[in-house]
Amino acid sequence: MKKTTHNPPSDVDIELRMLIEAVYLKYNYDFRDYTGASQKRRVLAALRAMECDTISALQARVMHDPAAFTQLLQFLTIPVTEMFRDPDYYLAIRRLVVPFLKTYPSLNVWVAGCSTGEEVVSLAILLHEEGLLERTQMYATDINPDSLEAARRGVLPLDKMRVYTENYQKAGGTRAFSDYYTAAYGGALFDRALVDNVTFADHSLATDSVFAETHFISCRNVMIYFNRRLQNRVLGLFHESLCHRGFLGLGSKESIDFSTYAQRFEPLARRERIFRKVAP
Amino acid sequence: MTPSADALRASLRGRRFEAIVIGGSAGAVDALVALLPALPAGFALPVFCILHLPGGRESRLAELFDERLPMPVREAADKEEIVPGTVYFAGPGYHLSVERDRTFSLSCEPPVHFARPAIDVLMESGADAYGPALAGILLTGANHDGAEGMARIRARGGFTVVQDPLDAQVPTMPASAIHRCQPNLILPLARIHALLPMLEMNEP
Repeated sequence: MKKTTHNPPSDVDIELRMLIEAVYLKYNYDFRDYTGASQKRRVLAALRAMECDTISALQARVMHDPAAFTQLLQFLTIPVTEMFRDPDYYLAIRRLVVPFLKTYPSLNVWVAGCSTGEEVVSLAILLHEEGLLERTQMYATDINPDSLEAARRGVLPLDKMRVYTENYQKAGGTRAFSDYYTAAYGGALFDRALVDNVTFADHSLATDSVFAETHFISCRNVMIYFNRRLQNRVLGLFHESLCHRGFLGLGSKESIDFSTYAQRFEPLARRERIFRKVAP
Repeated sequence: MTPSADALRASLRGRRFEAIVIGGSAGAVDALVALLPALPAGFALPVFCILHLPGGRESRLAELFDERLPMPVREAADKEEIVPGTVYFAGPGYHLSVERDRTFSLSCEPPVHFARPAIDVLMESGADAYGPALAGILLTGANHDGAEGMARIRARGGFTVVQDPLDAQVPTMPASAIHRCQPNLILPLARIHALLPMLEMNEP
């Protein structure tokens, strides 16, 4: 049997672990089960932006200055999202999930890890076009208050609208995308009616519990940042929250195959990563 | 002067590798078509290949090479355990990292050097995970991605090989890495081909 070469953690790795522990103890944000490589990259980016020489120095600042923590939080979370990302996903929801959703008199939809809201608005548009928005209560949750605030405002960068329009059309959009927003001051202000029934809330998939029974949960490119233990926790939350035969949508490269919940969901659209809770 | 097989072997003395990472951009599909068949059946190490690809589209590289190589070739999946003797390709649209527990992870943070997946991201994480037991190979390409990654591999004691820019279809990428990290070897593709199977040998 070959022995693995001894490759001890570097100082940076040790400091990183201490920082994450300190953030948890001091601010109750739990990043301990995030995957290491991308977290490290983002903390090193924070180091440069916040002009600290070492992670230990950053830790000292964050411990004694809540504003510095807020700044660090923008790096620890990953506010990268776009409208109708992977149009096939939305197309599959329209064709395969919506027909079931139409059978319910009222709907609860949860966008978990909603970031700055691009996906919330995308789903709202889809539900609106399918005549479901008025009977839908949407929950859009995230741990980053700044992202939630941006999501609440519903203003998105205007320069992205060309790409989003293309995505929207590929996603099976039935109208003119520009009907949904007003261009003003370099931003695209989306129709308030789309988010009238959206509750934006601070919720941590790492530490909080289920808050509602839901029919459909969309959680895309959130769990890739979690290790398997946390992925299992999250899938447990979703399983608990979803109603009988409820639907779960994940990111295009996310899998539940490695999870203890693999048998408790069945693929509805394998390539588009849409799953359905298996009957008990 | 291109080094002989003995000279290549000498340069590897005292090293023992557990993984190989190969990066490239413009011209690198052709380079890999020439290079990867150097891997013999039963090759003991995992090989991570990362090329710049147009975002969002499905990549068929893993499929293409799976038909041509004697070992399993597949696209690296999130949280997948790395299996020795397997060739992995980074899929489009996501950064690929190697974790210290020898699994893959994906992320969709912004592109690095306009690239996602970025070579730097894979190489830097691989260097952290494998330390001196990682060999990094950087091929032809038209951008500066990979230079930082190769530098990290060197800094963590790993072994770095850059394609000779004169031999590369596009010299920018290898030239940038040579400038940044002073690689252990600068070789034309044909010599990298000779070197590749030597990397699994256990040198005393």
